[in-house]
Amino acid sequence: MKYEDFNDNEYLESLVKELNANGANVLVGVLDDVINWGRSNSLWPLTFATSCCGIEYMAVGAARYDFARFGFEVTRASPRQADFIMVAGTITDKMAPVLKRLYEQMADPKYVIAIGACAVSGGPFKKSYHVVNGVDKILPVDVYVPGCPPRPEAMLYGMMQLQRKVKVEKFFGGVNKQVKKKDYKRLLQEEDDKKQQELLADNNLTVKKA
Amino acid sequence: MNIQEKITGYIPQVQFVEGDTLWAVVAPAHLHDLAKALREDADMQFDFLRSLTGMDWGEDGLGVVYHLESTRFGFQLVMKTATTDREHPELPTVCDIWKGAELNEREVFDYFGIVFTGHPDMRRLYLRDDWVGYPLRKDFDESKEINPLRMTNEVTSDVTSTIEIDEHGHAVEKTRVLFEDDEYVVNIGPQHPATHGVLRFRVSLEGEVIKKLQVHCGYIHRGIEKMCESLTYPQTLALTDRLDYLGAMQSRHALCMCIEKAMGVEIPERVQYIRTIMDELQRIDSHLLFFSTLCMDLGALTAFFYGFRDREKILDIFEETTGGRLILNYNVIGGVQADIHPNFVKRVKDFIAYMRPQLKEYHEVFSGNIIAQQRMKGVGVLSREDAISFGATGGTGRASGWACDVRKRHPYAMYGKVHFNEIVFQEGDCYARYMVRMKEIEESMNIIEQLIDNIPEGEYQVKMKPVIRVPEGSYYSAVETSRGEFGVYIESRGEKYPYRMKFRSTGLPLISCLDTITRGGKIADLIAIGGTLDYIVPDIDR
Repeated sequence: MKYEDFNDNEYLESLVKELNANGANVLVGVLDDVINWGRSNSLWPLTFATSCCGIEYMAVGAARYDFARFGFEVTRASPRQADFIMVAGTITDKMAPVLKRLYEQMADPKYVIAIGACAVSGGPFKKSYHVVNGVDKILPVDVYVPGCPPRPEAMLYGMMQLQRKVKVEKFFGGVNKQVKKKDYKRLLQEEDDKKQQELLADNNLTVKKA
Repeated sequence: MNIQEKITGYIPQVQFVEGDTLWAVVAPAHLHDLAKALREDADMQFDFLRSLTGMDWGEDGLGVVYHLESTRFGFQLVMKTATTDREHPELPTVCDIWKGAELNEREVFDYFGIVFTGHPDMRRLYLRDDWVGYPLRKDFDESKEINPLRMTNEVTSDVTSTIEIDEHGHAVEKTRVLFEDDEYVVNIGPQHPATHGVLRFRVSLEGEVIKKLQVHCGYIHRGIEKMCESLTYPQTLALTDRLDYLGAMQSRHALCMCIEKAMGVEIPERVQYIRTIMDELQRIDSHLLFFSTLCMDLGALTAFFYGFRDREKILDIFEETTGGRLILNYNVIGGVQADIHPNFVKRVKDFIAYMRPQLKEYHEVFSGNIIAQQRMKGVGVLSREDAISFGATGGTGRASGWACDVRKRHPYAMYGKVHFNEIVFQEGDCYARYMVRMKEIEESMNIIEQLIDNIPEGEYQVKMKPVIRVPEGSYYSAVETSRGEFGVYIESRGEKYPYRMKFRSTGLPLISCLDTITRGGKIADLIAIGGTLDYIVPDIDR
């Protein structure tokens, strides 16, 4: 798709602006572009599907829709080899820690696409006692694809949005930032605490409303 | 023969309620004796436990409803039992009589907290062990303060507890070891490409040989049955599509049929034709996906693309009429959502003309392949007795020689009027399970061909009242979905909402027989066995 065919370019441009707020080195910027071009065209997803959306996701990988055309080549069964995770399907309370662990096992830089109503917000199962209302409660989500299930074209569109995001990112000093081993644990813990706080705040909110 | 007299001969205290099917109400103390008599009496032989439903009747106590059928004579019976003790509800187990009851009773324990004495493994089936409360009880508190989202990793225990009755009549809890400390246990799933979803196995190995296998469910337990209790009847329809998404038409057909039966609605013939054709298209769709994924699991990636390529053609037909590809939302109470598209008949015929030669190609590419045959022939044998005892219906049961097709046993829609063969194999191995499904594609096409030219004119929907209230009572309907008997059990109290709605999962019996099938086999065969059993995990977990 051509750049002008997308109708959400504003968000992307604001992201670029934000990233380049302190200016960008010409040399590093060019190198970033080259590396990001390569990265964005060889994003490999993790084989992960819990329910209905997973079947449509398989269809996207199969003969007619074929996401390999856009560089998504193969799905990897091991999180160590995957660049991003397509959360296709409902995430239940019992699955949530497993998903979190899978995400943590993936190597940086890593991305998350929430596929379908369940992963976006809980979908038709929002009121259930055992369903996480949106995967963004536990993981940072890069792209949301609504639908129940989304059409294969919609999934492809969502995946292309991720490519666009990858293309404008800063690689050196950005997503490729090196973290020292001792800092890593602390950062992970901080992130966990933050999420936990948000979860708690969320629960309080629902209690108040009721 | 009069079943009522027979039963009274064994247990005089049993009370009967007559209706569509005979109900036998029995006290917990006599439950096990009655079950044993029903199973073993030569004139009754109730060997198939169709459905086991836990119930919360409020002041009348907690209980279980058993739907039984005799595969030999075709008799049907519903057995009901209840205990008024809400603090420590206890019922005797029947899993020594029907093996399929084992996981079902664990489900009831999980939902209602009913402890089954004598059950070998009384753990929760779906929810985590640290879950508080029993979700399907009417007084369950859903607030997130009691059961917050727990992000700690779950601890898997190697021991389980069983409750037995000692000689003084007291319940005694005993621990039973599932896996010894020195056993070599391999964990498979919940994130594993060969488990077809988020199912988890723990397998104990002796070299390459499987010693025993434990199934862990619940990673996609969405609490659909509880949700249904606060939805109106038309709203509940939406959730059935998402249970077994490769049998969306059929599951929804079952629920519509159950509600229509309860309300006494006469369905126009045009609707029956459309429903039957759609069900069969869905079956072909599902079996093509089965073929694709099985081949992929066994290493034949090309076949995967073939299957998906042809499956898309069915999805196109669905999309034109219903607007959906996978989740179709087509059947409604009293008919179907919209009339068939003008192109429908032509496209279905074109598809059948296209599909027949393709099937030959499939057989050339895969069925005749020596590697495929060696990986499937003689592997994972399930005997006929076990298939019935576990209630493993569908292609799995028919591959073991059990003619269990609901379309033949209890014809519904147009199935009583069309001619088709029930494909039955005797071997019970992976290859038989595979061939049953491939042959069923042909049979499905035969059924469609008999109907497609004769779709009668008429209404595609009966006008229903805006608020649907099902008359008080209990109803059970079943259809043959792509992978077995899918049943819907509704208990209504005459309100807008069902009092209890239970879905008989097609997949739960299939995974409950996994341990039996895989024992003594190689770990690599687990993939072929799992693939040919063809279960759908969201349908197991519900």
